[in-house]
Amino acid sequence: MADSAAATIGHHPPGHGPADGTKRDFLALVAGAGGAVLVGALAWPFIDSMNPSKDVLALSSTDVDISPIPAGSAITVVWRGKPIFVRHRTAKEITEAQNVKVADLIDPSAPATDAERIKAGHEQWLVVIGICTHLGCIPLGNKPTDPRGDYGGWFCPCHGSQYDTAGRVRHGPAPLNLPLPPYAFETDTKIKIG
Amino acid sequence: MAGLHNSEFSNPVINWIDTRLPIFTMMQKEYGSFPTPKNFNYFWNFGALATVNLLLMIATGVFLAMNYTPNTSMAFESVQRIMRDVNYGWLLRYLHSNGASMFFIVVYIHIFRGMYYGSYKKPRELLWILGVVILLLMMATAFMGYVLPWGQMSYWGATVITNLFSAIPLVGDSIVTLLWGGFSVDNPTLNRFFSLHYLMPFVLIAVVFLHVAALHITGSNNPLGIDVKTPQDTLPFHPYYTAKDSVGMCVWAMVLAALVFFAPNFLGDPANFIPANPLQTPAEIVPEWYFLPFYAILRSVPDKLGGVSMMFGSIIVLFILPWLDTSPVRSARFRPIYRVLMWVLVIDLLALGAVGAHRPEGIWVVIGRASTAWYFLHFLVLLPLLGKFEKTLPLPDSISQPVLKGGIGGGPLAGAAAAQSMEKN
Repeated sequence: MADSAAATIGHHPPGHGPADGTKRDFLALVAGAGGAVLVGALAWPFIDSMNPSKDVLALSSTDVDISPIPAGSAITVVWRGKPIFVRHRTAKEITEAQNVKVADLIDPSAPATDAERIKAGHEQWLVVIGICTHLGCIPLGNKPTDPRGDYGGWFCPCHGSQYDTAGRVRHGPAPLNLPLPPYAFETDTKIKIG
Repeated sequence: MAGLHNSEFSNPVINWIDTRLPIFTMMQKEYGSFPTPKNFNYFWNFGALATVNLLLMIATGVFLAMNYTPNTSMAFESVQRIMRDVNYGWLLRYLHSNGASMFFIVVYIHIFRGMYYGSYKKPRELLWILGVVILLLMMATAFMGYVLPWGQMSYWGATVITNLFSAIPLVGDSIVTLLWGGFSVDNPTLNRFFSLHYLMPFVLIAVVFLHVAALHITGSNNPLGIDVKTPQDTLPFHPYYTAKDSVGMCVWAMVLAALVFFAPNFLGDPANFIPANPLQTPAEIVPEWYFLPFYAILRSVPDKLGGVSMMFGSIIVLFILPWLDTSPVRSARFRPIYRVLMWVLVIDLLALGAVGAHRPEGIWVVIGRASTAWYFLHFLVLLPLLGKFEKTLPLPDSISQPVLKGGIGGGPLAGAAAAQSMEKN
């Protein structure tokens, strides 16, 4: 049809030819545009059905009793299917983390200072999402006997990324600091993640 | 016969592809300029509607399968999760379940069209047989799909239908055990039904392709049932019938939307909101509406093997319909007795549907037996005899003739229509 419509237009320039040619063009455009809108509107529910469903989005929360964690160690808890590191830092580790200049970091974007990465008054507790920001492996370093890299935090066995005692990346290839999950202290020995 | 195709498309990209794989030439030939009888009525929408309906079923089905779990302990819950938690899951599921009903409505009207206008007659017998194969595949697919939500009707429907095969002498019980993968409908049954329910639509696509390929060899029948004689009897498929099919598609979409948005469970059974319980059969067990006439035939025969044979026979008889109908005239428009019989058959099938929806008690048993008898009488006795005794009306010389003379379908616009068709060809 496009060919025949084009041929008609060729003989009769728009505005001078018979109404037939322009009417057919108009109808083709309306039908095409209507069809495109319809297909788009119909496609969206299909595409959106692949997004996380309500039960997945529902902010599941995890309560963690942190009293058994000895200083210098961390535990892994699961929240939304992800590993969360809860680390009981020693005084030395806290001092090391506080003394780092933001300008020296690979990823200086907030939260980058140690104060931004912990809850005030609970400096000994660091809670981060334990997924390397390079390609998604789980770094080592929860146990004092694990390899922790040169910065005393975590060491990723996959490609050698290193994190410090505030969970900030200090040695590539990982580009970003370990992200922080939403959490709050319910008591001094219990946190609620999520 | 190797060699590059001499493409006539001017667009260089299309031309490059078309020279190596002439799909654009093929589409232009089969759906662009394809000569189509110019006297189609809206009954000729239903083949295209069925194709679109099948594509809708596959699209919704693929996305539903992303969230469905074929395990007896999780299937019912996973369907509820689709309804409540998955984004637009309710829409996908209601489109799929009501789409199945629409598919059968469309296909039943399509079959009626084929019968009323004698589309199954020479040279379209194979085209018709492929259509009956499609119907059988559709029925199997719909049945297995209905089992997947694992509600009470799912479970007991699966039990009853698979037990039909136990009526086969000697090997019946072994076949049923094989179908179940166990000694009752259970997890292995659900697993294989899911696998096959996902597979069969693609088999359907293949048979639909053959159906359409055969159609494009014989060309379409038309409401007069006479052959196309000259190019003046035809119109190019596009834009004439793409436009006409689009009108039908809008109506189809409106009916489907009305069901999905205003009465999504109107055609369903409330018992399927109860999770499957292998220890209790629901008080009223009925199949989905589209199986009711066949269910009525099954129950009308007071013998296990007899009932099952008659039920399958009611479809099998369609395979040999081209040879049962001995009349040389295709369209019921020129067959005064056949035309009446066609409508009687429609009423007969509606009656069977009503029988299937009621408990086989009292008057329903009588109606069921009479309707079943009439169904087979129509195909096996009346149609063969009618070809010999019916006095048919004179056929027009060509598809154009009734229009030109202002006869059937003619009117004040007849002259203009004829002039226009001359111009277009």
